[in-house]
Amino acid sequence: MARYLSYMDHNFISISDLTKEDILSLLQDAAYFEEHPNSRLLEGKVVATLFFEPSTRTRLSFETASNRLGARVIGFSDPASSSTSKGETLKDTIKMVSNYADVIVMRHFLEGAARYASEVTDVPVINAGDGANQHPSQTLLDLYSIWKTQGTLDNLDITMVGDLKYGRTVHSLVQAMSFFSPTFHFVAPALLRMPNGYRDFCRRHNLTFDEQEEFTERTIDSTDILYMTRIQRERFSDPREYEQVKNVYCLKNSMLEGSKPNLRVLHPLPRVNEIAYDVDDNPKAYYFQQAQNGLYARQAIICRMLDIPVGQK
Amino acid sequence: MSDKKELEVSAIENGTVIDHIPAEVTFKIVEILGLYDCNSAITIGNNLDSETLGKKGIIKVADRFFPDEVVNRLAVIAPNATLNTIRNYQIVEKKFVQFPKIIRGVVKCTNPKCITNHQPVQTKMEVFDSELKSLRCCYCERVMKHDEIELM
Repeated sequence: MARYLSYMDHNFISISDLTKEDILSLLQDAAYFEEHPNSRLLEGKVVATLFFEPSTRTRLSFETASNRLGARVIGFSDPASSSTSKGETLKDTIKMVSNYADVIVMRHFLEGAARYASEVTDVPVINAGDGANQHPSQTLLDLYSIWKTQGTLDNLDITMVGDLKYGRTVHSLVQAMSFFSPTFHFVAPALLRMPNGYRDFCRRHNLTFDEQEEFTERTIDSTDILYMTRIQRERFSDPREYEQVKNVYCLKNSMLEGSKPNLRVLHPLPRVNEIAYDVDDNPKAYYFQQAQNGLYARQAIICRMLDIPVGQK
Repeated sequence: MSDKKELEVSAIENGTVIDHIPAEVTFKIVEILGLYDCNSAITIGNNLDSETLGKKGIIKVADRFFPDEVVNRLAVIAPNATLNTIRNYQIVEKKFVQFPKIIRGVVKCTNPKCITNHQPVQTKMEVFDSELKSLRCCYCERVMKHDEIELM
């Protein structure tokens, strides 16, 4: 059931909780923070970052967002240094931290952990990734990157390439974009095709999509957003199968020659060999700015969870 | 008329008759309703001929009445079950099981990485598609088709 964040329970758990209005207003706030990254709106607040699973990139992004807003940060980056290693339950850890923090940012290897945490505390909980389930702040930064580079989220042609089976970023992006009438092209080897549940989701929401195993210029030339993902070696039981596909889904600069002027290449990072280094200097390569946008998106999320109006102090 | 015939077999003065249970889940229903610890007189019939179910179960419990939230927990495994409330040998109310919006406990999440399978957290399922009777875990968001549903 979609809920409007401003009136809900102030948790940011799953992209499926957001309405179209939630998304658009958070993007407006992120745009404000891009202009004013050092707005000290959280002076006197404490943000807890609880990383039950290490994730340096996401943690640094959240902590930088908090610091730039003037908040103090507490927490742990490695569960070995928390009471979890002594057998403490998630509930007890959350209850304890709730005594100290104004908002909790948490990453956990178990799926559903953030939702459960939000049920045992009155302190707002922000999901920074729960296993293979959700990573909604990544989705918001993807949306912000698309919105910023295209000027709109409506009626865009989006090509997703690589591991569409296990990649949670592509799943959440499909869900979030469903409000904006996109056309999707899913490019993946048969073994890693978009799961049936998400293809059904597209059908239920009347979203146009096609599936291809070949990654060709023809697809690239018609698209507005090229969303590349990493194909992970460990997903293949037969290493020869991995060897066969690992370079097939590699974007080279020459492949962008006939692409639309507004095309932008996105990637949740880290990349391995799915984007050749010669793409980095192409102005259409946007993945490093995309990561930077995560800072603004996370500033917007934290302020919204704390009900702090953005744009005024 | 059929109700009268049923009551003549082993009539109870006051209590509940649960009928139209698929035979393979009769004893699961006994468990879900907590009847193992019940001191009232209980009659259980199973593998009885049924036009609609082939074989069915029936449970009669004297002096016990079940609130709707308990009744609806049966929906997952016995969606066609009926509960007749008996007072003074008469059926005074007939309840049909309805799929609740949220099912707590009862159903196990099939996702091995779901928090409910690792920490002391009661499962919570929402009905994802009431026609197909598929459920979605409110925690890990895994969707389970009806034939994939596992009971606790």
